[in-house]
Amino acid sequence: MTEKTIYLDNAAATPMRQEVKEAMDPFYVDVYGNPGSFNSVGHEALQQVDEARKTAARILNCAERELIFTGGGTESINLAIKGVAFAKKKGHIITTTVEHHAVLHTCEWLEKQGFEITYLPVDRCGLVTPEQVRDAIRPDTILVTVMYANNEIGTIMPIPEIVKVCKEKRVLFHTDACQAGCSQNLNVKELGVDMFTLNGSKIYGPKGVGLLYVRLGVQLEPLVHGGGQEGGKRGGTENVAGIVGFAKALELSQKEKEQENTRLIKLRDYLTAGLLQHIPKAVLNGHPTKRLPNNVNVSILDIEGEALTLLLNEHGICASTGSACTSGSLEPSHVILATGLPYEFAHGSIRFTMGRDTTKEDIDKVLEVMPAAVQRLRAISPYNLKLEEYISKEEQQAMMEQYTKVIVQ
Amino acid sequence: MSSELNIIEGESTPITKPAPATHADVKAKVESKNWFYTDIVKDHFFNPRNILINDADAEKLEFDGVGMVGSPACGDGMKMWIKVDKKNDKIVDCKWQTFGCASAIGSTSMLSVMVTENGGVPVQKALELKPMDIMNRLGGLPNRKFHCSVLGDKALRAAINDHFRRSGQTERIIVEGARIIDPDLKITDKDIEEAVLDGADTIEKVQHKLKVGVFNKSCLPAVEELIRFYKEKYFG
Ligand SMILES: Cc1ncc(COP(=O)(O)O)c(C=O)c1O
Ligand code: FES
Repeated sequence: MTEKTIYLDNAAATPMRQEVKEAMDPFYVDVYGNPGSFNSVGHEALQQVDEARKTAARILNCAERELIFTGGGTESINLAIKGVAFAKKKGHIITTTVEHHAVLHTCEWLEKQGFEITYLPVDRCGLVTPEQVRDAIRPDTILVTVMYANNEIGTIMPIPEIVKVCKEKRVLFHTDACQAGCSQNLNVKELGVDMFTLNGSKIYGPKGVGLLYVRLGVQLEPLVHGGGQEGGKRGGTENVAGIVGFAKALELSQKEKEQENTRLIKLRDYLTAGLLQHIPKAVLNGHPTKRLPNNVNVSILDIEGEALTLLLNEHGICASTGSACTSGSLEPSHVILATGLPYEFAHGSIRFTMGRDTTKEDIDKVLEVMPAAVQRLRAISPYNLKLEEYISKEEQQAMMEQYTKVIVQ
Repeated sequence: MSSELNIIEGESTPITKPAPATHADVKAKVESKNWFYTDIVKDHFFNPRNILINDADAEKLEFDGVGMVGSPACGDGMKMWIKVDKKNDKIVDCKWQTFGCASAIGSTSMLSVMVTENGGVPVQKALELKPMDIMNRLGGLPNRKFHCSVLGDKALRAAINDHFRRSGQTERIIVEGARIIDPDLKITDKDIEEAVLDGADTIEKVQHKLKVGVFNKSCLPAVEELIRFYKEKYFG
């Protein structure tokens, strides 16, 4: 039964590129110096960190000193949100209900410290509107943080429009762009953001390396105090290999961005159309067009996601589910619930996130295996839920029509 | 990748096995399928024993008891049918259907084998079966998957009770010493007791654990009272 592995979990982790690994290799054994040391070994390390920072600054279109390298997306997010909160000491923060836990749990913790948080609800497609942000801003609002693209359902938020509102109201804006690194516009000046988070593990780079862009002039209290590295905003000897690898990965993914986007969008729509066509009582989660080129997320009634994931795994297909049964006190996907769908849909959800290696043959294989796997689980399921009881016929029809339009285009 | 099945971002590959970069490498190295579950669970998941595929079969086989627990909203659900040799008071057939995770499927499959093996198992012995016994036969389940084996066990008890009811042996019906608090989620006072023992000492925490009252808010006052009661009882 062992077949070729079809890895469709790139939203969880991307395989590191060979070129990135090669770029990192020298910095473990050969170039071991501390970038902070005044000697030749240290200097070489420093040069490479500087070089990496230059590359990242060029891609983000910012100054080098506006960049802070961190230990991953979670740390960048913590630094952005808590950093502003601690600098302002009190106030109100606006975010959304569909953020990554790195944002949600940080905000929940700040609530306990006396900050006030507004969690903006999203629509069925996972979107918040600039108007919602405008209405939520108060005189004491210190920060708005809205993710660029959602890690579960792939919805892309209207960042430039939200930024416009924040600028008018003179409120700082941060975006968690971890999932947007490969496919979206990363030009912070064009986007107008004040802070911007990226990480290595989603751009075919190393895990445990992140980046935070902080516009000059933004007051940020550091979280990790130490030897003054990263402009005093993040103490600790630099992760030289990681930083070098991150910059390399960022550079390479930027080069092939347009081409990959075109290719992946075709595959994405092909997979979605195939799933919706061949699997009864399946709905697409997220937005049909405002979504990441590599993300397909569907909910299938009557069946449970984990069992489906394991059946697919047996065919070499690696996917993820938002299911987690409540009797085990496991939380099902907060994102799918936030889009207004009931628990049944979260438990039957499955996410495919494609990558550089994904081919049409891979997708054909998924489309070949999925209907049978679903049928198999439906056959042993005691339920036969009615889609109409959850989603009106009109809404279903609209989704399908919108979708067919997308396919035809 | 099967070590974490929920969407949890940032899962990590061990450093000894770096995720390779080139196309060919990726396909080759991820090939080794580390299963989250034991081979026995895997076998029962892929080849569930005694599964009821066609609902109409239940009628044909003239079962003596049916039990159903869980709900699609909780992410689990189990229906079980049993046939009883009334003369010898033995379970001779056990069929089931589930909306559940792989461990629920695997452990219920094992349970259905355990209550029918060697020409049938006395009803009394079946009632004495503990989820732990199923676990042992399966070679273990991951910690947080223990409750999955409880699901089949509960469905079996419900089916046996149904059999007692239908055959007029009402004195044998076992009321689980538990009172249903949330009828939608079939959450009992026992569940709340366990949650409190587990450290959930506020209504928020209990709800976080059990989802009690998420669909049926009218039960919340009763839940609050029980939390107070069990807190008093165990923690003074
Ligand atoms: C949207 C989003 N934000 C934040 C993170 C956290 O990043 P990290 O795992 O690098 O800490 C992830 C992924 O893990 C993500 O997908
Ligand atoms: S039945 Fe709850 S996770 Fe298995």
